[in-house]
Amino acid sequence: MNRRIVFILVALAVIIPMLLPVSLPVSVSEPTQQLYDYITALPAGSTIMLAFDYGPASLAELNPMARAVLRQCFDRDVRVIGFTLAADGTTLASTIMREVAEEKGAVDGEDYVFLGFRPGGTQVMLGMGNSISSVFETDYSGNTTTEIPMMKEITSYDEIALLIDLASGSTTELWIIYTNVRYDLQIAAGVTGVIISQMYPYLQTGQLVGLIPGILGAAQYERLIDVPAKGMLWINIESFVHLLIVLLVVIGNIIFFNQRRREE
Amino acid sequence: MELFGIWVAALLTLCIYSFLYQDNPFYRFAEHLFVGISVGYGIVLSIHQGLVPFALKPLWAALTGESLSGLVKLIPIGVGLLFFARLSPQHVWLIRYPIAILIGFGAGIAIPNVLRANIFEQTRGTIEPFAAMHAGTLSGFGVLEAILMVAGVVCTLTYFFFSVEHRGPVKWLSKVGIAFLMIGFGSAFGNTVMGRVALLIQRVDFLLGDWLNLIS
Repeated sequence: MNRRIVFILVALAVIIPMLLPVSLPVSVSEPTQQLYDYITALPAGSTIMLAFDYGPASLAELNPMARAVLRQCFDRDVRVIGFTLAADGTTLASTIMREVAEEKGAVDGEDYVFLGFRPGGTQVMLGMGNSISSVFETDYSGNTTTEIPMMKEITSYDEIALLIDLASGSTTELWIIYTNVRYDLQIAAGVTGVIISQMYPYLQTGQLVGLIPGILGAAQYERLIDVPAKGMLWINIESFVHLLIVLLVVIGNIIFFNQRRREE
Repeated sequence: MELFGIWVAALLTLCIYSFLYQDNPFYRFAEHLFVGISVGYGIVLSIHQGLVPFALKPLWAALTGESLSGLVKLIPIGVGLLFFARLSPQHVWLIRYPIAILIGFGAGIAIPNVLRANIFEQTRGTIEPFAAMHAGTLSGFGVLEAILMVAGVVCTLTYFFFSVEHRGPVKWLSKVGIAFLMIGFGSAFGNTVMGRVALLIQRVDFLLGDWLNLIS
């Protein structure tokens, strides 16, 4: 079969359900529920960190998660410190935080702060364990970190209830290795489909308190906060594409075994 | 301006997807543009968010007498500059010093933490359910899960144990290990497909929604 026929079929499986939306049920998996419950149980006024460790190439899966988590935090008066270790994720992260904050009426500097980007990866993780303001002297807008109202009481990981790493690479493992082990910081993750399988061992041991797995996890989170958005829309379309792929795999195998039998 | 951005993004998206038909100059233009902009953006941001606040600003403050503590920064700056010794064949040996410091720091900080996170904690996680089983607090499904997990770990490790010939029971254990590995790879592949399809859906959503306004 010409591979271009497969491309056309996949394109149709995406375009048709997008133009004629169908709502399929989404059941919530345990790892997603665990993260939702953890944030729900935090007292009002707690502070979490949200690491936007991804760039535009992975926004399809991670942006819906970021928005859903931020909505839950702002609804529950949980303060959020955002930052990124990915240079190309800076503008993206800043925009998401600002948009969700505007939607929820959260105030910059009081309910949330976006610290921006710092190069160095591991050094940034370790440095914030001693002093956040020594790594981020100013926030993304240029305000001195120690003078930002919500940052006056926050100096290091000691005042952070949870760090959620939205990752498209290996940063979640680094956060676990360097901050969970060394500083006992509670970690949760929202990751792209490619790395979901690598995260389950950490979830089983409790090194991750929760996990949002790919676009499916984003849809589940949107269901939990009861704000259907892109995640729930896209997971419905995913279902059609997955059905098509299963069908193509079955057809491919039938053709393969028929050809082999004929050759024998 | 926003409309202009949408048009540029839409046309570049189509350029990239044109590769599905065959390789062509439009695809290569979009690919080179993406790589160039990403690298350029990354370098500029690293200079502004790393080099300037951590090296140049403190050094300038020291030079102007504002805060002499900035002079300490001369040490890491000097060590960092030694990387450029690579450009001179006569002084190339100097690069060993920054590399030695980086490896020494990296290994020193990584080894204890990696051992604890990836070896000790994972071993604990594999064994711990048996303590719960012994205490009678594990459900029937939990017992099955714990046994399956230990069987998976033992069989998979046996497959990668090359000090004995894979014959008899060792052969069968390693064959079961292969089955566990295949299940793991299958799960990873399935999740990867989900991720890749999500990227396509997001782009089609952008083209049909933001660009063509066919969906709200």
